[in-house]
Amino acid sequence: MRPRKQAAPFERRNMTLKLIVWRQKNPDEKGQFETYTARNITPDHSFLEMLDVVNEELIREGKNPIAFDHDCREGICGMCSMVVNGIAHGGHERTTVCQLHMRKFKNGDTIYIEPWRARAFPILFDLVTDRSALDKIIEAGGYISCHTGGVPDGNDILISKTAGDYAMDAAQCIGCGACVAACPNGAAMLFTGAKVSHFAALPQGQVEAPERVAAMVKAMQECGFGNCSNHYECEAVCPKGIHTKFISRMNREFLKALFKENTGTFTPSEK
Amino acid sequence: MIIDGKAPTGPIETSWDRCRSSLKLVNPANKRKYRILVVGTGLAGASAAASLGELGYNVEVFCYQDSPRRAHCIAAQGGINAAKNYPNDGDSVFRLFYDTIKGGDFRAREADVWRLAQVSNSIIDQCVAQGVPFARDYAGYLDNRSFGGAQVSRTFYARGQTGQQLLMGAYSALMRQVRAGTVKVFPRTEMLDLIVVNGEAKGITLRDLLTGEVRAHTGDAVLLCTGGYVNVFHLSTNAMGCNVTAIWKAYKKGAYFANPCYTQIHPTCVPQTGEYQSKLTLMSESLRNDGRCWVPLKQEDKDKAPEKIHETERDYFLERKYPGYGNLAPRDIASRAAKEVCDDNRGVGPAGRGVYLDFKDAIQRLGENVLRDRFGNLFEMYERITDENPYKTPMRIYPAPHYSMGGLWVDYNLMSNIPGLFVLGEANFSVHGANRLGASALMQGLADGYFIIPYTIADYLAHTKPTSVTPEHQECVKSVMEVKASLRRLLSVNGRRTVTEFRRELGMLMWHSAGMLRSNKSLSETLATIPKIREEFWQNVKISGSETGLNQQLENAGRVADFMEFAELLCVDALHRDESCGGHFRVEHQYEDGEARRNDAQFCYSAAWEHKGPGTEPELHQEPLRFTSVHLAVRSYK
Amino acid sequence: MIGRKALVAATGVVMLLFVLAHSFGALSVFTGPNGINAYAQALQNLGPLLLAFRAVMVFVLILHVTFAIMVTATNWKAKPDRYAVRRTRVATFAGETMLWSGLLLLAFIVCHILQFTLHATPDVVIRIDAQGRLDVFAMMRESLRLAPVSIAYLIAMSALFLHLFHGIQSVSQTIGLLNEKTKPMFQIAGITLSTLLLLGYGTIPLMILAGMGVFGK
Repeated sequence: MRPRKQAAPFERRNMTLKLIVWRQKNPDEKGQFETYTARNITPDHSFLEMLDVVNEELIREGKNPIAFDHDCREGICGMCSMVVNGIAHGGHERTTVCQLHMRKFKNGDTIYIEPWRARAFPILFDLVTDRSALDKIIEAGGYISCHTGGVPDGNDILISKTAGDYAMDAAQCIGCGACVAACPNGAAMLFTGAKVSHFAALPQGQVEAPERVAAMVKAMQECGFGNCSNHYECEAVCPKGIHTKFISRMNREFLKALFKENTGTFTPSEK
Repeated sequence: MIIDGKAPTGPIETSWDRCRSSLKLVNPANKRKYRILVVGTGLAGASAAASLGELGYNVEVFCYQDSPRRAHCIAAQGGINAAKNYPNDGDSVFRLFYDTIKGGDFRAREADVWRLAQVSNSIIDQCVAQGVPFARDYAGYLDNRSFGGAQVSRTFYARGQTGQQLLMGAYSALMRQVRAGTVKVFPRTEMLDLIVVNGEAKGITLRDLLTGEVRAHTGDAVLLCTGGYVNVFHLSTNAMGCNVTAIWKAYKKGAYFANPCYTQIHPTCVPQTGEYQSKLTLMSESLRNDGRCWVPLKQEDKDKAPEKIHETERDYFLERKYPGYGNLAPRDIASRAAKEVCDDNRGVGPAGRGVYLDFKDAIQRLGENVLRDRFGNLFEMYERITDENPYKTPMRIYPAPHYSMGGLWVDYNLMSNIPGLFVLGEANFSVHGANRLGASALMQGLADGYFIIPYTIADYLAHTKPTSVTPEHQECVKSVMEVKASLRRLLSVNGRRTVTEFRRELGMLMWHSAGMLRSNKSLSETLATIPKIREEFWQNVKISGSETGLNQQLENAGRVADFMEFAELLCVDALHRDESCGGHFRVEHQYEDGEARRNDAQFCYSAAWEHKGPGTEPELHQEPLRFTSVHLAVRSYK
Repeated sequence: MIGRKALVAATGVVMLLFVLAHSFGALSVFTGPNGINAYAQALQNLGPLLLAFRAVMVFVLILHVTFAIMVTATNWKAKPDRYAVRRTRVATFAGETMLWSGLLLLAFIVCHILQFTLHATPDVVIRIDAQGRLDVFAMMRESLRLAPVSIAYLIAMSALFLHLFHGIQSVSQTIGLLNEKTKPMFQIAGITLSTLLLLGYGTIPLMILAGMGVFGK
């Protein structure tokens, strides 16, 4: 166990780090790397708090701070998104970058910070990217078409614990897009696969399963995402540890739907 | 002035049903002629927008995040209550209603709470139908657990991510309507003003956070679903972006702000480690089921390693003070007790702001594996943040603000005193009274959005012709100009202190003087200090960058500026409410055991404040609370 | 997009089956001239059936290559900019070089057909054996005795190894058979099959080059 911390005032075990950060003023401009120094960083700083410190200094100097997306800072909202030293979210297992702590770094380290890079995620400003393509995929069919009200009692639909747990494993996705960022093909297969599998595993979701998978895959294509090459980089960086078996499940559901369509047992609707 | 919440009278059991059948309807063919603006995409906003879109209204939705799926409801861990009585343990709509009223320390409107309890069951059905993967037992039935000291098991949950799963359900319903063309989503936009035309809410003025464009959107009704305001305190558990701005702007346009002093403190948060810290992380209260809270008996022991402090040298302060409930004492009591021992200079960890939550006994009794099953994800989260292993060394916890029961005043139909302005979820004041029970926030958000607003909004719209107000209307133009002017004013200060510094200064002040404990003295002093901070803010704040394009500092500056004004109202309300109730604890009013002492004779009302212009005291309106179905009682947890 | 990928997988499986069957034929070279010459004769005797089979295989190959290239083109388009620091966590060399190992194999297949099917390359020696059959044994031995040819074969077989190392488990994922239980199974199957094929095919040029066994006479 590491030694207990000293009480008041807050402990100072300072680190100084060199940051090489992607700066870009708008989607059309060509961005470039800028170098900054992060001073007075303690091991208990989260990665984003470290950036806060750098930003405060930039503001005092009258410069534009580094823009980055963040909100809940507890690893669940999916807003934070940056590639740290070549790895989406920084490479600490099952951790979003907001929960990555500076104790994972050493004094004097050089850290490259880049935005998500993929055609479907245009860079808007510095480290901020446009991930609305993920919403488009959900819009295409990532739901069960039930009306508000007029649904059966919760216990009228029995769901085995196994199916429930499987659905929950898939439903944990926070939609951060790290899978796309890490994929050498800029594919959103893990994101889409998780949603398709979540619903396909539940009886109430099976009714629309063929339409759903067909529509969501089509949307994925239209948004400019790539294909899966089965490298499993997505799973390795996923802060929720979503398994690539869900991509496999989506492939199966897709081929099933294709078969059904070609044998006339289901017609894709024109929603 | 006395205001009327227009709650139905007569037998409470049938109040909502009677009301519902008497509400006016809008002809299906006419629905698409009405445009409804929904601000915020949490549980309340997303569910309302989805349901209204489905009914055929034209809906526009706004959120400051990059996607409607990110609202802070997503962070709720514990669960959602419903009076299903699946476990056959004696639960009923009445019991849920009673527990909520009593938990709120008898400071909520009876009929509203009844309705919430009544529709709670429909929420579960709705969510199951949407595919929310609630926990199941081996036979495939929905599982329940007991939560927050409730005597029945009425809490439905999806692992430790119930809020996330419910929000995904509402978000998917919303996206379905986007597909259907009834709803349009505007992410990365922030509402900066409410547009009121001839006394009715007809639109909002917003800033596009990407381009910096300020523009007006008009409609027939505005729904504010913008969450709570506890970010007014330094280090709350809210997301960084949570703010009071939307409801504050509405307040300044005439909407009443009710009970701003009702805020809730959560006892089990990961303590602060340094001054740089941006927020605190909440851990589920269920930890206290198996953990024991203690601090060293002697001040000089507080820096010792916990395992070196002998049993006899430890103070299990909750068990000592509240032998009946022990470590399960209610949130506010546990929080105050923790603050007390820390103020006694016996707090542990950095800066002495923390108490131990020790699982050693539970591990000995149940084994590490049982604990891993119960709290595995929480322990993991704790270790990730603190680098300490709770299986080996006690956790450190400290209370932090996390929910606001107060909010804009609304009548039974969820409409504020400005016709056409509806307020849903945490942003309104309606059902939690002075204190909220665990697993009730999610319930309220979805009840308001799915099952209340679709009925009550029709009653308003049926009386209103589709609006002719367009963004070219003079009120819209005026509002856009005002918003632009205030943004320019912020940018033109060009002082020396950053927005974060001001936010921290205000937040610290609020936390220490109007946080967990409040007194006449602390509140009066704070009321004197806030204007000084505010004045300095407007003279010395430093914001780089411009008003066009993405400028996160400018966003924050606007929010902090509103918190600076709002903080004063919170203190005014807290000072005026010369009693203790629920989350509002005035040190002058307590029983010997430290329990809050209510003053029903004088304060059995909701306080709704009306803005009277800058520099003028807000005017107090009272909505008396009448209890016909329950008797006012004193909470006791001895 | 999944459909295309599935087509690549399905055609890949067909070719894998062919490669397996073909390996038995090729390995009959170790039984000496009688074995492989008889096998070749038997195939020739199928007449039109053989031609049809070859046509199908070429078609499958074209499909596989075309769709694989289309899929890769989409992938490249989907990721126009790379990171300044390029690091991967679990991706394998085999997986990342599928296109290159595939193109190498394509080139090899063309040469291989030109050489041993169409006998259009200068190194090919055509003889008739004692039973009046085409002496495939001699043809293989004479060609592969040339070091550059042998080395080319060994390189191609390494490419085949890499291609299948990733390809076999990848197929199971693409057609939807993979989960946490089957993943290790398919991975082992992939490694085993690709290694066996590498060993099987690889020994032929090595033995010929070394003049060992039946080739020593």
